[in-house]
Amino acid sequence: MPAVAAEERVLLKHGAGGRAMRRLIEESFLRAFATDPERSPDVLGVSAMDDGGAVRIGNRWLVMTTDSHVIQPLFFPGGDIGRLAIAGTVNDLAMMGATEVLGLTCGVVLEDGFPRADLERILASMRQACREASAIVIAGDTKVMGKGEVDGLVVNTTGVALTSRLVRDAGLLPGDRIIVTGTIGDHGMAVMALRHGLDLEADLRSDVAPINGLIREALSAAPSAIGAMKDPTRGGVATAFHEMAAKSGVGILIDGAALPVRESVRGVSELVGIDPLLVANEGKALIGVRAAAAQQVLDALHRHPLGADAAVIAVCTEDHAGMVMLDTGFGCRLVAEPEGDLLPRIC
Amino acid sequence: MNVLEFRDRDRAAALGRALARATGQVGRAPVSVMHVCGSHEQAIAKFGLRASFPRDLNVIMGPGCPVCITDLPEIDEAVALALTGVRIATYGDMVRVPGTAGSLADAQAQGARIETVYSVAQAVDLARATTEEIVFFATGFETTAVATAAVILAGPPRNFSVLSAHKYIPPVMEIVAEMPDTRVEGFLAAGHAATITGCGIFEPFVARHGLPVVVAGFEPLDILAALVRLVELVRDRAPEVVNMFPRCVTREGNLNAQRQLWRVFRPIGGRWRGIAHVPNGNLRLRDEWAALDARRRFEIDTSALWHHAPSALVRQCICGNIMAGIASPADCRLFGAECVPDSPVGACMVSSEGTCRIWHQYGGIPRLDAGLTSRAPRAGGGVSCPL
Amino acid sequence: MCLGVPGLVTDIDDLVAVVDFWGVKRRVRLDLVDEPVSVGDYVLNHVGFAIRRIPPEDLQTTLEMYEQLLHEANRSDLMSADVRGEIEAGSK
Repeated sequence: MPAVAAEERVLLKHGAGGRAMRRLIEESFLRAFATDPERSPDVLGVSAMDDGGAVRIGNRWLVMTTDSHVIQPLFFPGGDIGRLAIAGTVNDLAMMGATEVLGLTCGVVLEDGFPRADLERILASMRQACREASAIVIAGDTKVMGKGEVDGLVVNTTGVALTSRLVRDAGLLPGDRIIVTGTIGDHGMAVMALRHGLDLEADLRSDVAPINGLIREALSAAPSAIGAMKDPTRGGVATAFHEMAAKSGVGILIDGAALPVRESVRGVSELVGIDPLLVANEGKALIGVRAAAAQQVLDALHRHPLGADAAVIAVCTEDHAGMVMLDTGFGCRLVAEPEGDLLPRIC
Repeated sequence: MNVLEFRDRDRAAALGRALARATGQVGRAPVSVMHVCGSHEQAIAKFGLRASFPRDLNVIMGPGCPVCITDLPEIDEAVALALTGVRIATYGDMVRVPGTAGSLADAQAQGARIETVYSVAQAVDLARATTEEIVFFATGFETTAVATAAVILAGPPRNFSVLSAHKYIPPVMEIVAEMPDTRVEGFLAAGHAATITGCGIFEPFVARHGLPVVVAGFEPLDILAALVRLVELVRDRAPEVVNMFPRCVTREGNLNAQRQLWRVFRPIGGRWRGIAHVPNGNLRLRDEWAALDARRRFEIDTSALWHHAPSALVRQCICGNIMAGIASPADCRLFGAECVPDSPVGACMVSSEGTCRIWHQYGGIPRLDAGLTSRAPRAGGGVSCPL
Repeated sequence: MCLGVPGLVTDIDDLVAVVDFWGVKRRVRLDLVDEPVSVGDYVLNHVGFAIRRIPPEDLQTTLEMYEQLLHEANRSDLMSADVRGEIEAGSK
């Protein structure tokens, strides 16, 4: 099969978190910044394509992660771009096992004419999210661009934390269970409904929240039994599972009946034909744990206010490595990776 | 109404067994039947029903996906219009379908303004809220065309017009039935389209071709039960129309909707992507509605698009044969080379349930072991976790 | 083409109904239905338009039809089941 040439232009689909984005990163960014694990064993670099990077310092790891946020609309039920910016970075650190944040940065690019009141609202939101995460913003940057040169507001946050045990997204073994810390599809469905003016009367709200405290509980419950963690943001649980399955070399079989989905999210998903598995979450984590310790981790999550709906939703298999499957109750089917932003369907 | 009753697993399992028995009783293998509805394929995929189909039953996805069969010239019209700065509103399904030189999504990346709507009524609301021209790129089969007809009859604002790419399904069943190599022995008809048209329209088709047609709904039990009935009709060599979706379909259909549909639209022959000419398969606005017809309101020039892309590729696409069930993706020269999910040439690669898309992603039609779930330890089931 | 979803009518104002789909409410146009719709009825919705009023008795009819189908399919197997039963009895 002849290789398909790299695309000449960067397109919207390259930012949507799916396969196209992964290819762009692999073809361009990895080539520029890849490190050789053999030559630099003390560095977990971009080649790992994990939720963050890490550098060994003594017997601990310094974990770093960065995120740029360009969400539209800026304000949505359950949160705003500010809350998203803090939670996103705190959660990425937590996914690497680093739940005590040392410090965050906040870089902002504003469009000329941006309402001051909106900025204050967003900053207040960030402050609140920091409080919940026990994190602080210790450095920042501010730029203003001309009207039309940037879409309202772009926020970048970087986070730094230390951990004695680095958790990757590639350590799953056959037989492991995968736990999701709560209901799926909340954020993506809420934003999509708003963005496309679906005009629904529904209890749809983003789940955006920092969950480092929740993850700390899970890690304490079974420190050596957790093989992989990933937060299912853009592209949903489906995308996260595809990455985990590919990196770990296992198959992942999802139990459809066990998926925790809010009724309103299920209702909207039926109405517009979008599967909650493919939709972004901003306050949830997928935790891969050795079967023997799954109950302990589940109990620990249930004791925490943010983990009330945690459930075991998948098992790792030796067969069908790299594939993500769903047991619908009627039969098994493969779960495809979403391609680009999800749009409401008529067909 | 509890839709979950139509998702009852025990009944589904029983119907699955009945389907296997009926298929075995036909006395030859494989038995091939075809459905002509993208939503049937979506439902089959969503519920993993193919795992319950017997090995000797071939349930073929026919040309029933409106996304898939919308031909290049129609997409080019929408893209060309969008690139001149006209605001286009359309259903989400169509936004990424490639035309000769890109899709509406590609046009959007170049600055065109495309709005994705859930309902044509939203497009009308959009037109009311602005003085700019709003063109609704109307896609979908008759089930969807009736909604477009309704808003036109209700009197939309002056700045609203329709670029119709609506299609009409019954004629394409004729084409498939008349294809020389076709092995299709029966059809599953689309339940929601039949809600509008009624199941009576299939009677002449059945009489002419001697092939049974069963109208099916979209829940797992609906689909399985309809397939059982269809295979029984094949087994008994009984060319009949059977309505297995009586809660929504009657013989005459929805006369009110039909009246509105044919008042606004007239059927003309046109190309369906990869299938060539389908007589009476395309719906266009009648002359009475010329003022609302985007094709007459705007001068749409698509020639500029033809310079950009190799149109030769499209000529090599065999989606039509694949959709008609007489070829497989492996037979196509473009498959996996110039035609891949990231840059699809034909419709079968565009749609998430398109045959080529599925083949490409899974290296063939994925057959997950029936025993997969029994072999793997159960993942969940309530709070406690089996060890 | 066919994403048709059934919902419960909770409110009607002229040609617009408020319909409840598993707890999610949306306004749905009634221009296309072919019989009068009342609060408490079920309608089949496609792209924001009701295309059919679903008579509640028809739901039961459909389920009964599926039972009948299974019953008839099983009947043709009763003969073989009897034979199997005899064989099993004979081998005990």
